[in-house]
Amino acid sequence: MCSYIVEKAKVTGSAKGARGWMRIDTAHVYYDHPYHAPLDHALAIDFTCEADGGRERVAVELSRESALALMQAITAALASGEAAHRAPADAERPLLVASEEVARLF
Amino acid sequence: MSYQGLIAETVAFRGHNGDTGEAYYARPMGSGPFPGVVLIHHMPGWDEWICEATRKLAHHGFATLAPHLYFREGPGSPDDVGARVRAAGGVADDQVVGDARGAAAFLRAQPHANGKVGVIGFCSGGRHAFLVACRAPEFDALVDCWGGNVVVDDPKLLNAKRPVAPIDLADGIRCPILGLFGNDDENPNRDQVNRTEAVLKKLGKTYEFHRYDNAGHAFFNTSRTAYRAEQAADGWAKTFAFFHKHLG
Repeated sequence: MCSYIVEKAKVTGSAKGARGWMRIDTAHVYYDHPYHAPLDHALAIDFTCEADGGRERVAVELSRESALALMQAITAALASGEAAHRAPADAERPLLVASEEVARLF
Repeated sequence: MSYQGLIAETVAFRGHNGDTGEAYYARPMGSGPFPGVVLIHHMPGWDEWICEATRKLAHHGFATLAPHLYFREGPGSPDDVGARVRAAGGVADDQVVGDARGAAAFLRAQPHANGKVGVIGFCSGGRHAFLVACRAPEFDALVDCWGGNVVVDDPKLLNAKRPVAPIDLADGIRCPILGLFGNDDENPNRDQVNRTEAVLKKLGKTYEFHRYDNAGHAFFNTSRTAYRAEQAADGWAKTFAFFHKHLG
């Protein structure tokens, strides 16, 4: 079906399109007939900056299955990224262990 | 009869509120006279397939004008402009009707015109074409290709831009109607097409509806996975015959 249904999300970040990097503040998300992807329906995401007039966008069109897989990948990336960038108290311990190991050598 | 020689170009036309916009204009070569057709584009916008459909009608003898309904959005590729219009909730019905009437006036003013003008639309353009026929008595034939939301079951879909369901204005149609629909389409679905037909029958309108099995939305569109060659060929043949019968 063709509809005007668009979910809008406020975002903070940047996107890289044909003209290079641009700041973005909005994501328009909709499930409808795609423009380019060879699918009957696609989950489309348009990243744009409404504060700058909203005339440029970085667009993706995904199959429904891909969109669901992407959601899982986003959740996993956030979790693993947060784990890799743990608080300083945990980060100090490996350094102390390394110091002791060095001291034993001498 | 088909016309291998044709001229296709982008022209200026005066639309709603006298705004000057752009339109894709294709007509057969020769002195004519030729009937005119206003082609109303689908929601994705004024794109390559719409230009192809415009040329196809010209090939079959119709001076066809496809106004760019989103011209007020400014320059940009059709998909980018279409995306902006989608995010803004579409274009207003009053504006589309005004632009279509301006397009019809353009066609009638051409030296090779025979004075008759039909309207055809695809997808949201089908709904727009139906609406135009409801509100503009100067059109001589209507072809509605799978226009969704002619019947509106959810009142929340009505808003300031689209305040009235076109079916509620159907009594205003003064011209014969051809409707082409895929039975697998979800908008309009079979029930909605049946209800549209029931209203037209009750109002005593001149119409013919054709429903195609194994076809869904946009089955004419060669650039979509929805394209169905056999059904599209039949639908186009019915369109040309219908327009020739009522426009000349």
